Amino acid sequence: MFGENLLNNYAEAVSMIIFAIGFTNLLLHKNLIKKIIGLNIMDTAVYLFLALKGYIKGRTAPIISNGVIEADKYINPIPSGLVLTGIVVSVSVTALMLALTIRLYKRYHTLDLDEISFRLRKEGR
Amino acid sequence: MRDFVQNFPLFSIVGCLLSSSTSSLLKGRAAKWVNTILIMLVGAMSLCVMIYCLKNGPFVYIMGHVPAPWGNEVRGGVLEGGMGLFFSSIMLLSMMGGRKKILEEIEDTKQNLYYILVNLMLCSLIALVYTNDLFTAYVFVEINTISACGLIAIRQIGRTIEAAVRYMIMSLLGSGLFLVGVCMLYDLTGHLLMSNIKESVALLSASGEFREPLLITIAFITMGLAIKSALFPFHAWLPDAYGYSTISSAAILSSLVSKGYIFLLIKIIYRVIGFDIVHDSLLLNVVFGFSALGIIFGSVSAMKEDDIRRMVSYSSVAQIGYIYLGISLGTKEGMVAAVFQILAHAATKSMLFISAIGLTDASNTSRKFTDLTGSAYRNKIAGMGFAAGSLSMVGIPLFSGFISKLLFMRAAVNNYGKMMPTMIVLAISTILNAIYFMKTVVRIYSPERNLYEGREGFVKIHTKDQVFYTITVIIFIALNVALGLCSDPILDLISKGLDMFA
Repeated sequence: MFGENLLNNYAEAVSMIIFAIGFTNLLLHKNLIKKIIGLNIMDTAVYLFLALKGYIKGRTAPIISNGVIEADKYINPIPSGLVLTGIVVSVSVTALMLALTIRLYKRYHTLDLDEISFRLRKEGR
Repeated sequence: MRDFVQNFPLFSIVGCLLSSSTSSLLKGRAAKWVNTILIMLVGAMSLCVMIYCLKNGPFVYIMGHVPAPWGNEVRGGVLEGGMGLFFSSIMLLSMMGGRKKILEEIEDTKQNLYYILVNLMLCSLIALVYTNDLFTAYVFVEINTISACGLIAIRQIGRTIEAAVRYMIMSLLGSGLFLVGVCMLYDLTGHLLMSNIKESVALLSASGEFREPLLITIAFITMGLAIKSALFPFHAWLPDAYGYSTISSAAILSSLVSKGYIFLLIKIIYRVIGFDIVHDSLLLNVVFGFSALGIIFGSVSAMKEDDIRRMVSYSSVAQIGYIYLGISLGTKEGMVAAVFQILAHAATKSMLFISAIGLTDASNTSRKFTDLTGSAYRNKIAGMGFAAGSLSMVGIPLFSGFISKLLFMRAAVNNYGKMMPTMIVLAISTILNAIYFMKTVVRIYSPERNLYEGREGFVKIHTKDQVFYTITVIIFIALNVALGLCSDPILDLISKGLDMFA
């Protein structure tokens, strides 16, 4: 049946749509802060995707509780680890982008990247 | 019991990380020495790895005693060792050639920060070369991006900050796509180690299951890395980033950073997806189209520039196009040509940048062609370097550029569908290259005839005032001629290394 795969994997589809929204925001927006927001939306969508992939219905977080040690009671812990690593990377990249944005704003008093490029070209240096 | 040499890849990576954190405590001069010694050590260790692998074949180094499907791994082979050696030698030369400019253009308090960034850059390059784990590769791709951004922005003028922001945006788009690709690949195969993924992908492709997701995954990874390495039409950030940053950064960025990503892509094609599957996916045809366009448009943009450094930067777009052209031919000859072009372009482009700065220094730091007339007489060694680099870019025999053009032609002959377009593109681009590079060489070697009499800054620079710089340029020229004359053993090594990949 058409759309069966989509119905079964609707959450993955949603995460990909969010990724696309973030991607276009980062690519096309003129405003630097909005670009950075787009970056964060994009990264978060990937984490959502990873979390979905690690989750197995009816199981719990892989932390031993009540003495249960069978592996099939727990979800896959690797995607969670990947998400953590990804968050660290995305935080540092966001910080760097914000720092550069502050530098540009102090110099040119605008957040519009095209405007800044235009002025730089006019200065001709 | 493993041999001691097998520890070297890990030592290189950890050594770079350690020295970057210790450099934060040091003064600029001390950090400079730490950096120089580190690059030499990494080069020596890579050489050892290469020789070891030539004798004993490739090896896999398990980290933390956790075996294959779970643990993290490092892999050494001939091509990895060779690339490590080559990257570190080009980096050393680029740093040597730009030493004076680093002192002039970067604030005193930030000198040691510059060397930290270079150490981190070397660390990420070496890790990209050696790693056997896709997610580790992603993390180091991001470290590479951050340090490259720092290398651009450390010279504090408006242009470089804007270039750094643009570079960052493009890079983040690329790494976002790469990350999604890696996650989907993990989803499809359940592995993160390259060799395990390859086994699962081979099974998937044999059973015909998940055909579309696999294709999309390959597309995401290829496109992500292509964006990061400035394949046309994703090159908008490149001329500003290379044109205005301090000269060592420009040389390192143009010759090493994009090459690290391309090397990772080649590694993924061979060791993760499998060459045949990539070839059958027809994705290479898309890459072929973009690279052919990139070669032409890069050269045309370079022709229109009247700024020497921006011209050299635009020619990078064309050269990156060549590398992707070799990959997209889909034959082993094409891949060998692409890897050789990585070497040839890295050696030539860094030399051109380093020489260009010598020419502009003798012309009141003006980069306009009108001010560069006769500058090769004012700074003789820089003129020689620029001329040699230009000849190599155009593809004159004796220099490395000739060999790579020859290899591309030879590889194209074996591919019926792409033979004609490749030949035509190569021919057009050679003519365009000749036009804009020879125009510059003629310009810098035209006698000035008292054109600049009485104007400040247009002075003769003598060899004894720039000993280090002279030595660097001479080594660069020698390296170029060596690549051009002794190409057979190098090609043999590349081909052996690619066989070890598969």
